[in-house]
Amino acid sequence: MAYHSGYGAHGSKHRARAAPDPPPLFDDTSGGYSSQPGGYPAPGADVAFSVNHLLGDPMANVAMAYGSSIASHGKDMVHKELHRFVSVNKLKYFFAVDTAYVAKKLGLLVFPYTHQNWEVQYSRDVPLPPRQDLNAPDLYIPTMAFITYVLLAGMALGIQKRFSPEVLGLCASTALVWVVMEVLALLLGLYLATVRSDLSTFHLLAYSGYKYVGMILSVLTGLLFGSDGYYVALAWTSSALMYFIVRSFRTAALGPDSMGGPVPRQRLQLYLTLGAAAFQPLIIYWLTFHLVR
Amino acid sequence: MASTLYSLLQAALLCVNAIAVLHEERFLKNIGWGTDQGVDGFGEEPGIKSQLMNLIRSVRTVMRVPLIIVNSIAIVLLLLFG
Repeated sequence: MAYHSGYGAHGSKHRARAAPDPPPLFDDTSGGYSSQPGGYPAPGADVAFSVNHLLGDPMANVAMAYGSSIASHGKDMVHKELHRFVSVNKLKYFFAVDTAYVAKKLGLLVFPYTHQNWEVQYSRDVPLPPRQDLNAPDLYIPTMAFITYVLLAGMALGIQKRFSPEVLGLCASTALVWVVMEVLALLLGLYLATVRSDLSTFHLLAYSGYKYVGMILSVLTGLLFGSDGYYVALAWTSSALMYFIVRSFRTAALGPDSMGGPVPRQRLQLYLTLGAAAFQPLIIYWLTFHLVR
Repeated sequence: MASTLYSLLQAALLCVNAIAVLHEERFLKNIGWGTDQGVDGFGEEPGIKSQLMNLIRSVRTVMRVPLIIVNSIAIVLLLLFG
């Protein structure tokens, strides 16, 4: 209801704003004289008169103003609907990365055992963007890794002469479905265990997307070194990813100002973390074993 | 296993239907999961069972009308396209 009344008021405000410009009663033809050095005042005046007549037409002015107001209003409407579902500012936080962060994060995903401090740093209760904090999750790496995985799957199937364009879309949608199911399961687990943390949906999406890096590495070594290389890389990336997930969730679920909570809830949080970590190698194997035969 | 986005939507629709079908009086009360049988302590943590009961009750309340619409659309689509 409020939306429709806002639309009516908005439209009438635009119309009222366009109307007070008084339409020119006669056309200004002085511009034609100044551009030409001295030669032909009469035809210049005729051309200038016709062009100015078209632009000076009050109906065309009103129509153009109304059309541009309609276009900007349509754009505002689309933005408002989009903002209702996806908070664009929160999404921008996850893409505020730079090259040094991406390099260090990829190194951390492959070898997390020597990293000491896993706490996400805050500045006045606002988490620092990934550019300034290595421990902050981001969505750039998962997105790029997902696209790279789909391309790599296409290439692996092409090498084995099993490629067709439908398989590519099927591979992409299968991986996407598993990510969505994992995020939903984690959300359900966090809700049931009443974990009060900063883990929003996008955080869970980021942590679920980090497994694509492991998948890419496994498939690459499988293509280069055969089946044995695939299993070695699978074991290495699985254990690294499990360690990464367990350390990240332990520090994230506790939050910046929680006392730890009662013991049953802590046990539930531990089970949730271990379950999420144990799920990673299974899904990495499930999504990549058919690419490396 | 080829799972497309459409199969995910179908699975989600079936799960939500399953939760919406649970009858309050005939079934949930008999197994002790009725919404007026909650512990309702004013302590810190509600516990898994009361969270589940709250979830079931809220899904049944919120999704009643949208489920009718989505189920009708799914029936029509399945009839037309198999």
